[in-house]
Amino acid sequence: MTRTLRLALLASTVLGGAAAAQDVTLTIESWRNDDLQIWQDRIIPAFEEAHPGIKVNFAPTAPAEYNAVLNSKLDAGSAGDLITCRPFDASLELFNKGKLADLTGLAAMANFSEVAKSAWQTDDGSASFCVPMASVIHGFIYNKTAFDELDLTPPRTVDEFYAVLDRIKEDASYIPMAMGTADQWEAATMGYQNIGPTYWKGEEGRKALIEGSQTLTDDGWVEPLRQLARWKDYLGDGFEAQTYPDSQNLFTLGRAAIYPAGSWEIGVFTPQIEGAFEMGAFAPPVAAEGDTCYISDHTDIALGLNASSAHPEEAKKFLEWVGSPEFASLYANALPGFFALNATAVEMQDPLAREFVSWRETCEPTIRSTYQILSRGTPNLENETWNASANVITGAETPEDAAARLQEGLASWYEPQQN
Amino acid sequence: MAQRKPIRWHVVVFLAPAVLVYTAIMIVPLFGTLNLSLFNFDESGRVFVGLRNFATLFGDPRWSGAFWNALANNAWFFAVHMLVQNPVGVMLAALLSSPRLRMAAFYRTAIFIPTILSFVIVGFVWKLILSPIWGIAPGMLDAVGLKSLFAPWLGREGTALTTLALISVWQFVGIPMMLIYAALLSIPDEVIEAAELDGVTGWAQFWKIKLPLILPAIGIISILTFVGNFNAFDLIYVSQGALAGPNYATDILGTFLYRTFFGFQLQLGDPHMGATIATAMFGIILVGVCLYLFLIQTRLRRYQF
Repeated sequence: MTRTLRLALLASTVLGGAAAAQDVTLTIESWRNDDLQIWQDRIIPAFEEAHPGIKVNFAPTAPAEYNAVLNSKLDAGSAGDLITCRPFDASLELFNKGKLADLTGLAAMANFSEVAKSAWQTDDGSASFCVPMASVIHGFIYNKTAFDELDLTPPRTVDEFYAVLDRIKEDASYIPMAMGTADQWEAATMGYQNIGPTYWKGEEGRKALIEGSQTLTDDGWVEPLRQLARWKDYLGDGFEAQTYPDSQNLFTLGRAAIYPAGSWEIGVFTPQIEGAFEMGAFAPPVAAEGDTCYISDHTDIALGLNASSAHPEEAKKFLEWVGSPEFASLYANALPGFFALNATAVEMQDPLAREFVSWRETCEPTIRSTYQILSRGTPNLENETWNASANVITGAETPEDAAARLQEGLASWYEPQQN
Repeated sequence: MAQRKPIRWHVVVFLAPAVLVYTAIMIVPLFGTLNLSLFNFDESGRVFVGLRNFATLFGDPRWSGAFWNALANNAWFFAVHMLVQNPVGVMLAALLSSPRLRMAAFYRTAIFIPTILSFVIVGFVWKLILSPIWGIAPGMLDAVGLKSLFAPWLGREGTALTTLALISVWQFVGIPMMLIYAALLSIPDEVIEAAELDGVTGWAQFWKIKLPLILPAIGIISILTFVGNFNAFDLIYVSQGALAGPNYATDILGTFLYRTFFGFQLQLGDPHMGATIATAMFGIILVGVCLYLFLIQTRLRRYQF
């Protein structure tokens, strides 16, 4: 077995070397092993057809091992030409160590908004090192069949939101909202980061927090916690011990009417429900009719160039293509719920995914508030936010106390917040 | 002239494998950890900081708050084991050693089996049993009309740690039971017969004759429980995650160490503070074991038959 493998490796090296005379082969490092087939059957053939002479090989590793494997491959000089980038600090560190090439000059970078690029830039935004590929959007998925039964319409304002929840609770045939606090991250990610941008005004508040001109005890940052505290009455029995898979199952089995969601659930829910009921989605409700709405459009995955790649020119061609609207459309349709970050709107087939992405036109996008810079120290703001979000829902802490604790923790190591 | 004793090479040869393996996988890493706790990063890289990491751990209100919380939780976790697991273990052993009990072998096996199960299975199964949504616990309580007693125990700050400790007791009660059972069986029949001739029977016989004879075994069990509990990690990690929710109510030293050393989610790992916590754990266990050895073990009376 080992012998065969060795021979195969040797053969591929020799043949690969010979082939290089005519064709250049680019290797992509990635953690998305779930998407292997989509890359091989749909994405790569589309590129190779348009660019004769360049072959592309998608070589993913398991998600949990990706960072470690990639680091050792980069150190040993055996990593692929193209590197799939995790958002923020993990990739920034690679760039600072000179492992990722500077891609600021890439023409395709013009196709992306500042927010889309922010996850793969230096802190001052002067250099970009990965081409953004996809993001996930937060919102609420609801059981349309249940809404029709109870004669409800998707809420637009906060008041309508609670009116809808009250009606479902009164009727008692459905659990109003499927969410638990056992895993903590559900409360933080699906709750806090979902409705929060509405109150801290998206990018404006997020940037102000990083600059130090706002604090977590300001009203815009405490209000989302107050809202979460109100959710308690609408969660199912024993929500304190309800885990993330429990919540997913409650919703897909049709026992809960509303599910605070991330768009990646579309690809999970659709096959599980198998048409047993219809799903719809609504954006995080605004305080009053006519207010600007804000959504969390969190940048999650990008593609960068290995600084020591043997074929930087060909790799750049591929990156330009990844930054093109054509790729965006291919990718977004193959993986509903992972939205292309391209500024050109993408035509998608999945109606639920279309609903989610339509909010980009009416609402202001932002990313999760704790991901950039603010989670570099100890105590870690992201982890503390998980804990605080779960605490205000269970009632272990008042929103004001939780906010004060978060602020105190952040200020203990983050200089701009210390005055 | 006495002949000089030849060096007994075979002793060295026979000891070598155990000594080498134990040194390589236990002693070297232990000293590595102790050493690591004296270093930290600054601008110029890794530097020697003396005891400053310990000053942070015990002096900084956040670190020390988390540490004392974990230690207090750990102490309660241990207390539940001492108050429930070991008395129940002794009781089960006493019942099993009763000559009138039928199917003793079956009970012995059934009670011991959870001990050989993986933590992952135990944590997952109990999480499912106690789940307020799919679990059988609410249904069973409902069947006897006690539904009102049910609560999402694992999700409440007040009950989560005790629930987990009891799950751990359920899993490991077989070990004290077996050790005590063996100790009870080793009591010679003459002693029991002599007691019976003197009119000491039933409970009096247990308290006055058997219990003093099994006290050394109970001592060993206590110290094993102590070391096991203060090194515990798996059950909490499997059922509550590394953040040891709700609100750190189930955070014990093991999970605190794990979070610090390996990092969690966006938190990057900090090997130096992690090593500091590991050293503190080592110290606590060392002190506990020493107290036992010098204060209790030496006073236990052993009987030779």
